Amino acid sequence: MPELADIWNVLFLRDYNTRLVVICTMLLGCACGLMGGFLLLRKRSLMGDTLSHATLPGVGLSFMLAVALGGDGKSLPILLAGAAITGVIGCAAVLFIREQTRIKDDAAMGIVLSVFFGAGVAILGVIQTMPEGSAAGLESFIYGKTASMVMSDFQILVLVTICVITCSLLLFKEFRLLCFDETFAAALGWPVKFLDILLLALITAVTVAGLQAVGLILIIAFLITPAAAARFWTNQLDRMLVLSALIGAASGWLGASLSAFIPRLPAGAVIVLVAALFFVVSMLIGTERGVMIRFLRQSQLKKRMGRQHLLRALYEILEGGRVTEELNIRTVPFRQIRGRRTWSDTQLRDYIRRAYNDGLVEAPNKVDSILLTKTGLAEAAQVTRNHRLWEMYLIEYADVATSRVDRDADMVEHILGEKMVTRLEDKLQAYRSAGSLVPQSPHPIHPGD
Amino acid sequence: MEWYSIDTWIVVIGALAAGACALLGNFLVLRKMSMMGDAISHAVLPGLAIAFLVTGARASLSMFIGAAIVGVLTAVFTQWISRFGKVDEGASMGIVFTTLFALGLLLIVQGADHVDLDPSCVLYGAIELTPLDVVWRPTLFGCSLEVPRAALVLAGVTLFNAVFVVAFFKELRISSFDAELATAMGINSKLMHYLLMTLVAVTTVACFEAVGSIIVIAMLIVPAATAHLLTDRLWLMVVLSVLIAIGSAVLGHLSALIVPGWFGFADTSTSGMMAVMAGLIFSTVMLFAPKYGVLPRLVRKTEAVR
Repeated sequence: MPELADIWNVLFLRDYNTRLVVICTMLLGCACGLMGGFLLLRKRSLMGDTLSHATLPGVGLSFMLAVALGGDGKSLPILLAGAAITGVIGCAAVLFIREQTRIKDDAAMGIVLSVFFGAGVAILGVIQTMPEGSAAGLESFIYGKTASMVMSDFQILVLVTICVITCSLLLFKEFRLLCFDETFAAALGWPVKFLDILLLALITAVTVAGLQAVGLILIIAFLITPAAAARFWTNQLDRMLVLSALIGAASGWLGASLSAFIPRLPAGAVIVLVAALFFVVSMLIGTERGVMIRFLRQSQLKKRMGRQHLLRALYEILEGGRVTEELNIRTVPFRQIRGRRTWSDTQLRDYIRRAYNDGLVEAPNKVDSILLTKTGLAEAAQVTRNHRLWEMYLIEYADVATSRVDRDADMVEHILGEKMVTRLEDKLQAYRSAGSLVPQSPHPIHPGD
Repeated sequence: MEWYSIDTWIVVIGALAAGACALLGNFLVLRKMSMMGDAISHAVLPGLAIAFLVTGARASLSMFIGAAIVGVLTAVFTQWISRFGKVDEGASMGIVFTTLFALGLLLIVQGADHVDLDPSCVLYGAIELTPLDVVWRPTLFGCSLEVPRAALVLAGVTLFNAVFVVAFFKELRISSFDAELATAMGINSKLMHYLLMTLVAVTTVACFEAVGSIIVIAMLIVPAATAHLLTDRLWLMVVLSVLIAIGSAVLGHLSALIVPGWFGFADTSTSGMMAVMAGLIFSTVMLFAPKYGVLPRLVRKTEAVR
C-alpha cells in the first residue's frame, strides 16, 4: 500500500517522476473538454473517434516519405504533420459526404473511419515489408504510451491547449451561434463553412497532439465524456464549457495520480474510468438535466396539474354553466367530480387529500361529497380563469377550433407565464360579462355524469 | 502474382464476413446507428477478459459468449443513457464503449500475473491466417476441399442473418423507418431493436474473431451506405449492399496482392485493402450515382438554372 505522504506528493505534483504525466493529462483533459463541448452540441461526439482513426494512414505515409528521402522515419514532427494532414482530410471528407449526399452524419463518420483506418492498416502492412524501416512502434503512435511521456509531449500539449483556449475565447460568439443555429449564422452572413472547418482543425490539433501521448481510446473518451457530464449541470454554454474543461482536467489529474501510486493500473484506462464516474454522478444528480432533478420536476408538475384539474372541475360544477358575480359554495358529490375527467378513484382521492392538506377543501366527509373552502374557491376561480384565458388565446391567435380548444388549453395552461396572463387580461375586458372575473367558457361544459 | 487455393479461401471467407455484416448494416445505417460496429468491436474487451479469467483458457467458445454478451450490453447501455439522461445517441455510444474498453484493459493488466493475454492478438484475427485452420475435408466432384473453420462459422452467421432479414423484413422495414407506426401496427419495435442489436453483436464478434475488426467496421457501414445512394427500395438496397460487399472483398484481396507490387513492395494487409476497396466503390457511386450522385445532381442543377 502506498504511504499517505506518497499520495500527497503525487496529488500535489511534488513527485518528479509523475509530475510530467499528471500535468500533461490535465492539460489534455482541459483542451479536450473544451472542444468536446462544441462537438456534443453539434451532435458530432464521435468525430474524435473518426479523426483519431483517420490519422493512421498519415502516420504511415509520412514515415515512408521520410525514409524514402533518407531521413529518420520516426521523427515526431514529421509523424505529427502526417497525422494532422490525413486527419483534416478525413474531417473534410465527412463534411463533404454530409453536405453533398443523402448519407447522414453517423454513416459519413463511419465510412471515413473505416476506410481511412483500412488504408492505414494496408500502408503499415507495406512498411513491414520494407527493408529499411521496422514498422515497430508506429502502431503505438496511435495507441499511446501514457506512463512514459517526455518533455516534448509536454511542450506540444501546452502549445495546443493555449491555442485552443485562445481561439475559443476569441471566437466564442461565433462558435456558439454555429452550435445552436447554423442556418441563422449563415443568414447573418458569417463564414459558417470556415468556422466549421476551423473548429474541426482545432479538434484535429488536440487529437493529434494527444494521440501519441495518451492513445486513441483516452482521446475519444476525453472528447465525449466530460462534455456530456457538464451538460447535466447547466444550460449556459460558457458555464458548460468551463465545467467540461474542469471535469476533463480533474479526470486527468485523479486518474494519472491513481495509476501512479497503485501498481499495475494503466493510466489511460484509469482516466477513462474516472471520467465515466464523473459522468454517472452528473447524470444522476446534475442540477439542470440530471435524472433525479427531472424526475422531481415531473412529479411536482404532475401534482400541480392534479390540483388545478380538481379545482377547475369543482368550479365548473358550481358555476353550472352560468357566469355570476358570486358563486355559492356548496358540497359537490364525489361521483360528479369523478365524471369530469378521466382520472381513477385513487388518483382523485389522492388529489383531494393533498388539497385538504393545503386547506383548499374541507375535510372529506362520510357522504362522500367535497366542499371548497374560501381560499379554495379563490384559487379555483384563478385556475379556471387561466384556463379560459388560454382558450381565448388559442381561438384568437392560434386559430384552434372551439370544439378542440378545451383539450389543447388543458395541455398548456399549467405553464402559463405571468406576462402572457397580463396581456390576455387586457383582452379579457371585452369578454367580461355579468361582471365576473372569470370569463364565460367559449364552449358548452358537459355536465359530469 | 500467383494464386493458390489459400487465396481462394481468403476471398471466400472475406466475402462471407462482408456479406454477413452488410446484411445487417442496411438497418444500422437507416436507424442512424452506423457506429455500433465500431463501438461493439472496442467494447467487448471486458467480456473477453472475464471469460478468460473465469475459464482460465483461451477457448474460443467461452470467449465468444463473453464477447457477445458484452456486445449486447453495449447496445443496451447506449439506449439507457440516451433515453434516461437525454444524451445524444452518438455521445452515449462513445461513453459506453470507451468505458467498457478501459474496464477490459484494467482487468487484463490486473490479471496479467497468471495470464498471457495481449489485447491486440486476442481481440483480432487475421484473415490471411484463416485458411490454415482446416477442420473439414470433403470431396466434391472428385476434388478434395480443405474447408477452414472460419469459412464454416461465417457461412453459418451469414445464413442466419439472411434468414433473419428475410423472415422479419416487413417488421424491420417499418420499425427502421417509423418506430411509432410500427408500434401502432402491433409490431414490437423495441424487441426488433434489441434483436437486431443482438445479431449485430454476435456477427461483429464472430467476424472480428475470424478476420479482424477492420473488415467488420467497414462492411457494416460502407456497402449499405453505397447501396443507399443507388436505390430507394429497401429490398434492392439489401441485395445491392451484399453484392458490393462481396465485390469489395474480392477486389480487396486482389489489390492487396497486386497494388504494392506497382511500387516495388511485396503484398500488404488484405483486410485493410478490403476496406479501401469498399471506400473506392463508395466514392465512385457517390460521384456518379444516377439519382443521388454528386455530379448528376450538379448537372441537373445547372440545367435547371439555365
